[in-house]
Amino acid sequence: MAATSVTASVSFQEREGPSENLWLVALRRLFRQRSGIAGMVLLGLLTLAAIFAPIIAPYDPIQVLIGVEPVRKRAAPCVHLLGCPADQPQHLMGIDGNVRDEFSRIIYGTRISLFIGFVTIGVAIVVGTILGAVAGYAGGWVSDVIMRVLDVLLAFPFLLLAIAIVAVLGPGLINAMMGIAVVNIPAFARVIRSSVMAIKEEEYVSAAQSIGAGPLRILFLHVLPNSISPLIVQGTLGIGTAILETAALSFIGMGAQPPDPEWGAMLASERNQVFSAPHLVFFPGLAIMTTVLGFNLLGDGLRDALDPRLRL
Amino acid sequence: MLKYATRRVLASLPVLFGVLVVTFALARAIPGDPCKAILGEKATVEVCERFTREKGLDKPVMVQFGIYLNELAHGDFGKSIRFNRSVVEILIERLPTTIELGFAGLLIACLVGIPLGIASALRHNSAVDVATMVGANVGVSMPVFWLGLMLAYVFALLLKDTPFWLPPSGRLSAGVVATPFYEVFGWELAEDSFAFNLSELFANMFILNSLITSNWAVLRDAVTHLILPSAALSTIPMAIIARMTRSSMLQVLGLDYMRTARAKGLTERMVVIRHAFRNALLPIVTIVGLQLGVVFSGAILTETIFSLAGVGRSLFEAITARDFPIIQGFTVAIAFGYIGVNLVVDLSYTFLDPRIRLD
Repeated sequence: MAATSVTASVSFQEREGPSENLWLVALRRLFRQRSGIAGMVLLGLLTLAAIFAPIIAPYDPIQVLIGVEPVRKRAAPCVHLLGCPADQPQHLMGIDGNVRDEFSRIIYGTRISLFIGFVTIGVAIVVGTILGAVAGYAGGWVSDVIMRVLDVLLAFPFLLLAIAIVAVLGPGLINAMMGIAVVNIPAFARVIRSSVMAIKEEEYVSAAQSIGAGPLRILFLHVLPNSISPLIVQGTLGIGTAILETAALSFIGMGAQPPDPEWGAMLASERNQVFSAPHLVFFPGLAIMTTVLGFNLLGDGLRDALDPRLRL
Repeated sequence: MLKYATRRVLASLPVLFGVLVVTFALARAIPGDPCKAILGEKATVEVCERFTREKGLDKPVMVQFGIYLNELAHGDFGKSIRFNRSVVEILIERLPTTIELGFAGLLIACLVGIPLGIASALRHNSAVDVATMVGANVGVSMPVFWLGLMLAYVFALLLKDTPFWLPPSGRLSAGVVATPFYEVFGWELAEDSFAFNLSELFANMFILNSLITSNWAVLRDAVTHLILPSAALSTIPMAIIARMTRSSMLQVLGLDYMRTARAKGLTERMVVIRHAFRNALLPIVTIVGLQLGVVFSGAILTETIFSLAGVGRSLFEAITARDFPIIQGFTVAIAFGYIGVNLVVDLSYTFLDPRIRLD
């Protein structure tokens, strides 16, 4: 009996191939997904914009152009190709309320937004993973306490909780990011907890235990690597949401402060001028939407590639 | 059913208590003196001392929490520090704005999202399907505050002097008054009585009030004011609902009884509505219930953009002004709303799927 099951599992292994190949398979599947490709293209362009911002942006993002160029405050976009007179300086997205080049600010804003997305979700993943892993692995009252505390966090509308946290810490980009990170912790903790609970019953975990591996070793070497794919999917989708939420905090004045070229804050400072200078509201919002869309598309593609069962 | 509902409400008490503790702690942890925040930086030490004493803010935090719990148990939400009015009174005034906004937003989301989801599931991989899914992806990526401002720009400015013009702010036009239904009907209600408060709550939902009193002019005005904010609010839930409807329908459409239904000669319409959609409804209802959090977070932003004095904006203002009673009272009201909606969603399962037994 034992011999049969060993043979069965060996032949199963052979059919699936070694585990490295699974990542290649997933990658190949990702490249076949239209949404995955679209997301990667969008994010690739945004990453290039962030890296080469000093080359792409024609002006310094916080440089006030009074006395430098004959431009008005909140002037409409001037694009030479679209018929703007050649003797006027070109400003692709116009001039903002403090006489700065809007296009340069949008380009530099890419750096801030990507930074926000990766750092907030990074923090949420680290804390959420630790909490979820402990809850899932320990079980019992430890799990109960952790999960009930997270339930309380989930009982608040996310933006309200983030506002309250930022109110305690004080307005500012880093504090807003912390607020959003805290709000995102429960989602990751839940993903990891459910994976851990499923995986810790597997035979290879018992095998590791029987040869004397400690709980931490099992957690980091056996359990976490096997729950990584839902984490990648949730993380990618989470980055988009985090950028959106941080922009919302900046919009109500609790996030990035002037003169940082953060899109939500840029939009907020010109929102009362939406009727007279709509371009100053339109472009930052479009930039936020494009970035978030990139992460959402990539997240969708990854979900289909990594685990077709999770398809929504 | 009743037993289940009672048990559920009791089970949610610990979470509710947790919400109370967290709200109380967070509100107290906000740095800055409420006196300075409300009376201004120039308030003298004596004035502030008296203010703090009057509001009971000089007592130890645990004592304040005890007093607060005791008051809450008696249905007393306290008095706003900033407005010097009872929190219940302010809640009655502002909650209807948010209820109307949230309800309209969710309604638009369902009315558009569900049919789109069904259509894209029925025509899987067609142009309709691809367009819906692209639209849904754009929808969930949409900053609500941006969409709101752009809608206001298009409908209030670009379409000015056309029949499509829509007002960019407020709930009613200047000069339009929604007479409460209890006044129209000539009810004599004692001020501050429960019946009065409840009637006032419903009367402040202008659409409902004008429907009851058949005041079509006010109804029209209230609806036109509600369109832009609720449309802005509806995008993210709409996208999520459309995706969920599509995937749930796709799952059901592949099942054997669909073939049976078609084989016995039912019209495609009957097959889709009676057999497929009814069975696909459960996850859709769940996801609609979960949108409450999204809608409320969106309401904070939408109310700010469209100058609506609702719960979301009031809470945000209360946090910046350190108006503790408002922060606490409004959060508790929201938490109750959450628990209530979740309960309704769970109870609705038994109607949607008779196999589900809750007890």
